[in-house]
Amino acid sequence: MAVYKQTYKDYSGTRTAPWFRFLILSRYSYARLFQSKFLVLFLAVCMFYPLGCAVFIYLSHNSPLLAALRLRSEAMPPIDGQFFNVYCVVQGALAFLLTTLVGPSLVAPDLANGAMSLYLSHPFSRSQYVAGKMTILLLLLSLITWIPGIVLYLIQAGCAGWDWTRVHTWLAGSIVLGLWIWIVVLSLIALALSAWVKWKIAAGALILGVFFAGAGFGAAINNVTRTHYGAFIDLMQVVHTIWSDLFRNGSRADLSVTEAWTVLGVTCALCLWLLAKRIRAFEVVK
Amino acid sequence: MQTVVELAKLSVCLGKREILTDLSVELSGRTIGLLGPNGAGKSTLILTLLGFCPVTRGTARVLGHDIRRHIKQVRALVGYMPENDSFIADMTAVSFVRMMGELSGLPAESALERAHEVLFYVGLGEARYRKLGTYSLGMKQMVKLAQAIVHGPRLLILDEPTNGLDPSARRRMLRLIRDIRDSGQMHVLLCSHLLRDVEETCEEVLILKQGRIVHYANLPRERSVNQRFVEIETSEDHAGLAEALTEIGCMCTTHGSGRLKMVLPEDFDLREIYRVAAKRDLPLRRLSYRRDTLEDIFFKAMEA
Repeated sequence: MAVYKQTYKDYSGTRTAPWFRFLILSRYSYARLFQSKFLVLFLAVCMFYPLGCAVFIYLSHNSPLLAALRLRSEAMPPIDGQFFNVYCVVQGALAFLLTTLVGPSLVAPDLANGAMSLYLSHPFSRSQYVAGKMTILLLLLSLITWIPGIVLYLIQAGCAGWDWTRVHTWLAGSIVLGLWIWIVVLSLIALALSAWVKWKIAAGALILGVFFAGAGFGAAINNVTRTHYGAFIDLMQVVHTIWSDLFRNGSRADLSVTEAWTVLGVTCALCLWLLAKRIRAFEVVK
Repeated sequence: MQTVVELAKLSVCLGKREILTDLSVELSGRTIGLLGPNGAGKSTLILTLLGFCPVTRGTARVLGHDIRRHIKQVRALVGYMPENDSFIADMTAVSFVRMMGELSGLPAESALERAHEVLFYVGLGEARYRKLGTYSLGMKQMVKLAQAIVHGPRLLILDEPTNGLDPSARRRMLRLIRDIRDSGQMHVLLCSHLLRDVEETCEEVLILKQGRIVHYANLPRERSVNQRFVEIETSEDHAGLAEALTEIGCMCTTHGSGRLKMVLPEDFDLREIYRVAAKRDLPLRRLSYRRDTLEDIFFKAMEA
């Protein structure tokens, strides 16, 4: 219909498959997010460390270049579980910062503007909404965490040869699993807090608070009660414990690996429960 | 004619309060008005039809689909314009309407094309690239209507569409609703507490009070029934005329000098009134049907 006719006409064309409609939300959100130059700059900055690691891996396998730089190959730190554990810590911290930048603007504006009833009045479920919003963070965080991590692993495998790769196959799994755990936890916490606080700035502050205040309170509880129970609310320590286990490094943490996995499981379940409570078409006032 | 909404002993509780109680009705009109005072349960009924409120007892069907079992099919067939502000402030109207179209299953290109069309249709063609946060209240109402019709629904649910509109915007909104109705491509369920809006646009009216149906009216039928109420005005004393009309079966009451109101018997020929008046040489100044307005119907229902 030509727009100038200004009469109503029915739609009788094709319809898309319902399973992939959650990606529509992600697509529109990316279009909005990437209008921010700061975000693009931050993403670029997030690539500096992986780039440095890639240069380091290349250097450690290039004897003539090391010799030219007057470095001894024995003096170079080995590329092993410890190396990738440090990589996870650095990129995990950047992922956390990226989450505080992007996370608050995901659900809070929809709730503040009352858009939830519009989304859910379409053939679009609450779980699709959460999946659509979560995909935004999952893809962005993947871009700066496990994807460059796997690229680094492949570079190392290419340079070191088949023997190293055969012995260190588990490293690839540890990189992907360790960083996926972190980005899933970050995404769920960001979405849950964004859903509970309608003001974006407050939601951002709350995400920071959950991690830093949790660590602070945890340490205080440990000091006052002379126990290790404070570590249960220190999510960063919880994740570091899991990473240390995955990368086969000795952990000096107060938590056992089982306790750490349990805390993460409970945290994710709590976030999902908070989301289920808030992602509704309307609020019931009892 | 296809049944649009079918309720069978439908009850809905929110928290511990029962908001809707044992609603049973079949609605099949092209435009259906949902009336009632504040807190009557109109919006809750709409939210229930959209699957937002859980059904406590009974069943509800929209266009033949059970809302408990086939809510996705129901939502695919329905376009909903909510009462409150519902939009995404930092999106342009065209992106917003396009996104809503895509969520209803339109492919991206078709959704974009339809978004332009419906925005022109509701009169926002010139403002379609502006961000929704900068829109006036009237424009926001129009963009809500646009997103509700972008995917070509079979049933359009409008919750207080003229809320907060100035007279000209209200007229434009009602004109659009009539136009959509006359296009014959979708049914309209209009929820409002403004009787005039419902009277101007609807064929069927369902009146709710305290969560129960107190009256169902088919307005054209109701109006034709009310043709038995007649008012006449004469120039002189009418006592004799009233007596004569009572003798031929009319029920008359006098109102002031020269004014008579009467209820005519079944199959009454109106010319009888003229004959009786001519016999008494009494000039009739005016004869008019007194039709019940929707306001009369509404207040009768409220009193009942």
